[in-house]
Amino acid sequence: MAVHRRLQLNQVGDVSVVRFVDRKILDEANIQELGQELFQLIEEEKRKSLLLNFSSVEFLSSAALGKLITLDKKVKAHGGKLKLSNIRPEIYEVFAITKLNKLFDIKDDEADALASF
Amino acid sequence: MSHSFTAWNIDRTIPSVLDVGHRLLEEMLGKIQAENWSSRDLFGLRLALEEAVVNAIKHGNRLDSAKSVHVECRSTADKIWIRVSDQGRGFNPEAVPDCTDPDRIDVPNGRGIMLMRNFMSRVEYNDRGNVVTLEKLRGENES
Repeated sequence: MAVHRRLQLNQVGDVSVVRFVDRKILDEANIQELGQELFQLIEEEKRKSLLLNFSSVEFLSSAALGKLITLDKKVKAHGGKLKLSNIRPEIYEVFAITKLNKLFDIKDDEADALASF
Repeated sequence: MSHSFTAWNIDRTIPSVLDVGHRLLEEMLGKIQAENWSSRDLFGLRLALEEAVVNAIKHGNRLDSAKSVHVECRSTADKIWIRVSDQGRGFNPEAVPDCTDPDRIDVPNGRGIMLMRNFMSRVEYNDRGNVVTLEKLRGENES
């Protein structure tokens, strides 16, 4: 299994739960690396059900949003499901302003998200 | 306002290198965090500064280290004022497509300007589009 430097991975049943190592997702190099690790879960490890738990994330830039959008496309192309949870209010506002709350399936907490797969 | 406030300025010219830009951002945010801003305002200031400086380095100067970015910041008792200038060709912010358009919602880029406009009190570009001025008023969202 691949080594993940920017992610922590936990398998709950069929769902791969991803937590983020960085509290602030903004550095260009880190975002590139994060994107590659997320894409790898879908394209190489063939995981179908992905839950991104944002509980540790305090900040993310628009470049990070771009990676999430690309991930969403890849998940859909592979017939999988992507959900997001535990997003703090300021970050949820970023999703709402850009209407990405309509693109992504966002749940309040991990339990809600796991129950919805 | 009950706390005492000391006005401060930053006026810095940096090369178009993202790491250098991020170090300057952290220095500015360290000063801003020491002031009496709400967590939402701090989040918005970080986001707007990040977008403005990264846009100038990456899209304005196209990461050309021979070109520089000028960052000015003035913090006073009632507001924070930031100007970021690059040496690129500039752009027309009005021509940037609406990222919330259903046909464009899944396009991975083009959200930075909309986010700056939502979190700042004022966002203005010069005619050439290579200088952005941001302003955030204190207590704007307090009820």
